[in-house]
Amino acid sequence: MARLLNRRPGRLAAMHLAVAPFLLIVLAYVAGSAVRLAENPNDKLLPAPASFVETAQRMAFEADKRSGDYLLWSDTAASLERLGLGLAAGVAIGLVLGIAIGLLPYVTAALRALVAVVSVVPPLALLPILFIVFGLGETGKVVLIIVGIAPFLVRDVALRVGEIPNEQLIKAQTLGASTWQIVTRVVLPQILPRLVDAVRLSLGPAWLFLIASEAIAATDGLGYRIFLVRRYLAMDVIIPYVAWITLLAYTMDLGLRSLSRRAFPWAVTGDSRS
Amino acid sequence: MSLISVRNVWKTYGDDVVLERLNLEVERHEFCSIVGASGCGKTTFLRMLLSQERPSRGEILLDGEPMDEEPNPDRGVVFQRYSVFPHLTVQDNVIVGLEFQQSRLLGRLFGAARRRAVEQAEEMIEAVGLTRARAAYPASLSGGMQQRLAIAQALMRRPKILLLDEPFGALDPGTRAAMHELILRLWRSTGMTIFLVTHDLSEGFQLGTRLLVFDKVRVDPDAPGAYGARVTYDLRLKQRPFDAPGDTVPDPADDGVAATAAVPLANAQAAPA
Ligand SMILES: Nc1ncnc2c1ncn2[C@@H]1O[C@H](COP(=O)(O)OP(=O)(O)OP(=O)(O)O)[C@@H](O)[C@H]1O
Ligand SMILES: [Mg+2]
Repeated sequence: MARLLNRRPGRLAAMHLAVAPFLLIVLAYVAGSAVRLAENPNDKLLPAPASFVETAQRMAFEADKRSGDYLLWSDTAASLERLGLGLAAGVAIGLVLGIAIGLLPYVTAALRALVAVVSVVPPLALLPILFIVFGLGETGKVVLIIVGIAPFLVRDVALRVGEIPNEQLIKAQTLGASTWQIVTRVVLPQILPRLVDAVRLSLGPAWLFLIASEAIAATDGLGYRIFLVRRYLAMDVIIPYVAWITLLAYTMDLGLRSLSRRAFPWAVTGDSRS
Repeated sequence: MSLISVRNVWKTYGDDVVLERLNLEVERHEFCSIVGASGCGKTTFLRMLLSQERPSRGEILLDGEPMDEEPNPDRGVVFQRYSVFPHLTVQDNVIVGLEFQQSRLLGRLFGAARRRAVEQAEEMIEAVGLTRARAAYPASLSGGMQQRLAIAQALMRRPKILLLDEPFGALDPGTRAAMHELILRLWRSTGMTIFLVTHDLSEGFQLGTRLLVFDKVRVDPDAPGAYGARVTYDLRLKQRPFDAPGDTVPDPADDGVAATAAVPLANAQAAPA
């Protein structure tokens, strides 16, 4: 008998195994919901799956009576805009500061300690400050996402830059490269694949900070909606919204992963687990 | 005047003396093999020739002038590993030196300028026998091919001096012999000065016109770092092919665009295995 760690499922078996946990969760929900609804037809905690479809249809395809918006789409647009702005700014900061800290000794000396300290400040603790400074508008929410992910990105990029063998930097200099040319032609292209990985890891925190700030102060957005209907125990809205957020986040992760595979053919990753 | 003058150079790290009292005159088109025990400071010496490190005492002159404080295209280098850029194809690795030179802002050439660079690179790529691997990334090349690529890349900027730090250490004997032929051919056709660090004494004898042996002459068993290595043997090996009849050697080119334009690689046509 082979050791457990040497036994591998076939392709088909692997697929079944992957689907099984999802099926189990759905089954558990359906069963639980049926039991509770049999006891009390008005139970709000585990509404019947059919009600999700109904609610989702209403949120997505019927204009809201008060605002005239299709709520699911307007919420999604508002949230994705905040998320996109926060991620873009976070990545820009991560790249610029990370490369500078990783490559230029003067910048390392000046900023490394600062970044290390800033990165342990819990961003949510800063949320009140951000709302006081930037007001309750969009800026505060976007800044929260930036504060939440930029320190990690800066440190990760700096670390990756530091991992580039010194030989390459010397070699580039013997070929006549300036600092700027080394940044643009040697360092930047080599850390881009790592950056994509780092952004993938940042997606989770970015969504967390987005939902948190929308929950506290917003008039639209996916997080706002969830926390709004929570007052009415509207699980039939909350659960489809959570599923929708999950789908969005998962799609982004998948997109970044395939981008990284296609855009950087020279990077032999070879790790199928990530 | 010699090309390189090493004048009473010392190198110390803290209290550890790595190299002491180095004195050396190296002529143009010399091929210096450097051998010595592991840790005796051969790489450190190359690093100083490259301006990656500065001597703790003494000075190194290039053409009678103090050397530039930073690495520059006067001195090309091939390290034992990590010498080429993994994110560039073979061809891009070779032309990148020209791109650095001709496009200060973008470090990239386009259109006609790029075609010219590619043409020049073609010749060099052929000289090192990588024509068929032109579009490959370094990760898919064998160790020997990577080192040939590193040599081609280093030669594109026509360095006066080429520094090789155990470049063939990881290669099998057959590939190594082919690399020896290649490097000799390039050395003869370009007229550059080469420093080659090796652990293989026969390689040193076979390739060099001069063999430098680094060793510690004084050892204090209680304080291994108290004394550094010196050049204990400095052997002239053979008449330089430079002087031999029949060998035509183009002038080692100076800096500038004119110099990087087409270099006739006189004897460098056949591709090594
Ligand atoms: N940056 C540094 N800081 C402190 N000590 C160093 C540094 N670089 C080299 N040394 C020391 O200098 C000595 C010589 O190192 P070097 O790499 O020049 O040896 P080497 O002759 O090239 O050895 P090998 O044949 O193993 O490559 C070693 O004892 C090493 O520990
Ligand atoms: Mg060494």
